[in-house]
Amino acid sequence: MSKLEKAALGEPATDVAAPSDAQDAFLSVRDLRIHFNTDDGLVKSVDGVSFDVRRGQTLGIVGESGSGKSVTSLGVMGLHRAANATVSGEVWLDGQELIGADPDEVRRLRGRKMAMIFQDPLSAMHPYYKVGTQIVEAYRVHNKVSKKVARTRAIEMLDRVGIPEPAKRIDGYPHEFSGGMRQRAMIAMALVNNPELLIADEPTTALDVTVQAQILDLIRDLQKEFGSAVIMITHDLGVVAEIADDVLVMYGGRCVERGPVGEIFDQPQHPYTWGLLGSMPRIDRDTADRLIPVKGSPPSLINVPSGCAFHPRCPYADLPKGNVTRTVRPELEQVEGGHWSACHLSAEDRTRIWTEEIAPKL
Amino acid sequence: MSETNKTDAVEDAAGKAAIPQQASAPEGGSAEREVLLRVTGLTKHFPIKKGLLQRQVGAVKAVDGIDFEVRKGETLGVVGESGCGKSTMGRVITRLQDPTSGTIEFEGRDITRLSTGKMRPMRRDVQMIFQDPYGSLNPRHTIGSIVSAPFRLQGVEPEGGVKKEVQRLLELVGLNPEHYNRYPHEFSGGQRQRIGIARALALKPKLVVADEPVSALDVSIQAQVVNLMDDLQEELGLTYVIIAHDLSVVRHVSDRIAVMYLGKIVELADRNSLYEAPMHPYTKALMSAVPVPDPKRRGTKSERILLRGDVPSPIAPPSGCRFHTRCWKATEICKTTEPQLLELKPGQRVACHHPENFADQAPQDTVLLTAAKEASELVGEAVLEESAETSAAVAAEVAAAEPAEAAEEASVEAEVSEAELETAEEPESEEPEATAEAPETDSQESTDK
Amino acid sequence: MAAYIIRRVFGALVLLLVVSAVTFAIFFLVPRLGGQTATQLATQYVGKDANPESIAAIKKNLGFDQPIYIQYWDYIKGLFVGADYKFGPDATHCSAPCFGYSFKSHVEVWPQLTQRIPVSFSLAVGAAVIWLIFGVTTGVISALRKGKPVDRISMFIALAGVSLPIFFTGQIINVLFIYQWPIWDSTDYVPFTQNPGEWAWHLFLPWVSLAFLFSATYARLTRAGMLETMSEDYIRTARAKGLRESTVVVKHGLRATLTPIVTIFGIDFGTLIGTAVLTETVFSLQGIGAYSIQAIRDNDLPIVMAVTLVAAFFIVFSNLVVDLVYAAIDPRVRYS
Repeated sequence: MSKLEKAALGEPATDVAAPSDAQDAFLSVRDLRIHFNTDDGLVKSVDGVSFDVRRGQTLGIVGESGSGKSVTSLGVMGLHRAANATVSGEVWLDGQELIGADPDEVRRLRGRKMAMIFQDPLSAMHPYYKVGTQIVEAYRVHNKVSKKVARTRAIEMLDRVGIPEPAKRIDGYPHEFSGGMRQRAMIAMALVNNPELLIADEPTTALDVTVQAQILDLIRDLQKEFGSAVIMITHDLGVVAEIADDVLVMYGGRCVERGPVGEIFDQPQHPYTWGLLGSMPRIDRDTADRLIPVKGSPPSLINVPSGCAFHPRCPYADLPKGNVTRTVRPELEQVEGGHWSACHLSAEDRTRIWTEEIAPKL
Repeated sequence: MSETNKTDAVEDAAGKAAIPQQASAPEGGSAEREVLLRVTGLTKHFPIKKGLLQRQVGAVKAVDGIDFEVRKGETLGVVGESGCGKSTMGRVITRLQDPTSGTIEFEGRDITRLSTGKMRPMRRDVQMIFQDPYGSLNPRHTIGSIVSAPFRLQGVEPEGGVKKEVQRLLELVGLNPEHYNRYPHEFSGGQRQRIGIARALALKPKLVVADEPVSALDVSIQAQVVNLMDDLQEELGLTYVIIAHDLSVVRHVSDRIAVMYLGKIVELADRNSLYEAPMHPYTKALMSAVPVPDPKRRGTKSERILLRGDVPSPIAPPSGCRFHTRCWKATEICKTTEPQLLELKPGQRVACHHPENFADQAPQDTVLLTAAKEASELVGEAVLEESAETSAAVAAEVAAAEPAEAAEEASVEAEVSEAELETAEEPESEEPEATAEAPETDSQESTDK
Repeated sequence: MAAYIIRRVFGALVLLLVVSAVTFAIFFLVPRLGGQTATQLATQYVGKDANPESIAAIKKNLGFDQPIYIQYWDYIKGLFVGADYKFGPDATHCSAPCFGYSFKSHVEVWPQLTQRIPVSFSLAVGAAVIWLIFGVTTGVISALRKGKPVDRISMFIALAGVSLPIFFTGQIINVLFIYQWPIWDSTDYVPFTQNPGEWAWHLFLPWVSLAFLFSATYARLTRAGMLETMSEDYIRTARAKGLRESTVVVKHGLRATLTPIVTIFGIDFGTLIGTAVLTETVFSLQGIGAYSIQAIRDNDLPIVMAVTLVAAFFIVFSNLVVDLVYAAIDPRVRYS
């Protein structure tokens, strides 16, 4: 598919609050919705999310459990396989639309053009197969080569991700690896086909901080080396600040704020983002004062609150005139450049609250 | 929804129920306070049995000789990576597990070998909060019966009856007292952790040991629970031992902090001293590894110390200083002599031969140290090993010297050599250990496992 | 690993010894404790025309006048070195392994057993192959089509299979295929060595009825296991690699599901060899289960004792095999 065609097809999506530079995006997600029909009701795990990731760039998706951040990534990969799932919207990967595509076509892209690493490498690797076998399998699905060639390739990858004595460790089982080594092996498996998009779903949450630092470094180095697009899903704003170029903050299955990482941390425009920043104890500062938590709990995805999903927990919900926060769902609006926010508060109010009330307390 | 009015509830409860026994924990003044819990030479080994006759062939040295004390009203934070023995330590000091050796004194009384029967009254005073708010509550019991269990087990009849007391507790932790008859699955993760806290507080304990109390919770909920624990400490004069892997949380909640590595405390210091000027290289590495939520600091990569490889096995911990296999400052003495946990600065105890921000504890070895560091800069690991080996003779002598004495004798000399050491570094880097973060660090891991 | 095997084998032997002691005690000690004298016990073995001399002779020959532990020792010794029984004028040598001598039917027990064990074993093997294939396949399909008609129907049949006793299904099959439409003229046992084709053909109906019962259980087990496995993280990983769904199901899903099933299978199989009483009775097969029933009816203690020991041996042995196999199929289990 030519660039022109791609742009043309991408056109209608742009009015769904698309970022400006959709053309050179390697991955473009437009108004993605993933709903699950359960006995308890319709679970709107992802309810209209759009974003772009360019080659060599890292998008951080931040949110709490149930915010839809993991389901979004599974949707991109075509792994939301439940029979009760309905998916709509568009996912453009390098000019190819995936939501409407033949599932077998998408399968052939998985692991080759787009790959994924998961939170807990112990449960994400098959316990009964050797690490090498699993990497070889990943390579041979997409490359018609002998086992021997694939094995050489697997050793090469294990070496590349920093596993000592790769020729020996290739015959180890996942449980024989330490947590950090296992995650390295997982990364080796994901990168064995040189994918151009890497989705990392909380890749360091189960790891110790020193190992986390190693893994983040590794991902960063590999990204530099291969120029791939990376989506980093995490709940840890520290990790995002460390590795992301752009940030997408999700709440209740929707994107509440999106923008370049510097602006998200310097000039956050959504009360939920403020809440996240205020909830985090900081290692770099002496916060003798109390943390500023977000009151209440994350919403149920079956009964998402009306209007702005965040309004029951938002301290500023009564600020805008009338009942607008409870009745009208705020759409993403451009703050400036690539910075978007979905909030009913006026721009002046947001700037004032952030600079006067929130920022000084952080 | 009960969480939405949590602050009110807590304030409410503070007014009518809680009697503040102690003012909020001031910083620094902790040294004068009465010692509530004293742990001396504590070890916990889990035997490994093998062979036809199941003979003991070794042991997992989960906790291997630690000393510390907890003073009334303070919060002692315990940090370390997984497998450092911090959780085992928590279970041993609450006597959920029996120590292998060492003593535990609570309020001056030795409770190390108390029988189950004699421990029972002590259990009122020492309570534990667990990490998993899902696993630690029996799904078949109502909240009321879970929170009132301590009364039944201890045969205590609170004033005004059990139900009233339980409802008071639920209110205290910010839950709706009307939820008395609900089951755990009807609550969110944060609420369940509140239930766990209510249960722990039922008998008005003096010491609460919390093992990763917030690590299973979402960020926004985590902050609620951290604040709740703060408030309760102020209101009830509680003493906490908080075990956590998250250094940011520990910094926020603790007055003093113990850093554990492979069953040992490597540094034990006041919060500010520890975070502002960590003395043990491991502490420093650990803290530098925590991602800071400030994108502007990215790129200042030189601050980060990347430790190589994994934590060694606690079955056969490294000789001498346990951290020497991963330490960029390690010299010969570190391999042979175990450093003692010494108070090098007021309120800061460190077990290291070459502490940061202080005169070297094994100054004779700094010659080796500088040599080794230069070598590692130039050629890498292989040469480092070699140069260390060639000077093994010198090191053997050094190893014989008692580190504490040596420090005093030669502290002046040490300062000089530390200055040398700094000049040996790349001029633009502020931190001497920046060199440990070489670009090929990842592949270098192959050299140590 | 070697130490582990030795320890397990040793444990298995001890267990068998305990089983034999308990069984022996039940059959020979309990009647004594219940007040029966040695003479009364001996009388059972003489039959109708008992006279004081023959009773006394039996009592002496069988050791009923000895203390119980001597009797037990003699029994165990017989297993390894054989024993001599004097009965009337003749002396019978019962060579090792001597499981005793039936004075009711005047035969050594062991040769009887060696005739019957192959029957029971053949029955169990054939049925096992069928129920594994059908049970596991049905379970996998049900799990993949959870909630769909295929799943509901097969689980209904499975429920029926679990609920219907073998003497019901077996009789139905008997009536239908032997009497109504006589496709099978006989279900008599033909040794495998003699004619494998006949062997399988004659055993087919008993296999099917026994397998029906077990398939149902295994289908349910497999379905539950598959449902759990397919929601594991490593299945998601397998899909993320771009593997075909069939590969994901068979190589990643089924592989993990089968591990616990193998364990249960080992125990079921071992147990079945000595206890397929109903099937053997319904289809008139001369297996050890049916043999034991006959012996119990005749109060023929040596046979009951021998069958108990043989059955126990198969159970203990298959358990042992399962434990060892487990290490091979689940690399996380390594015995040291």
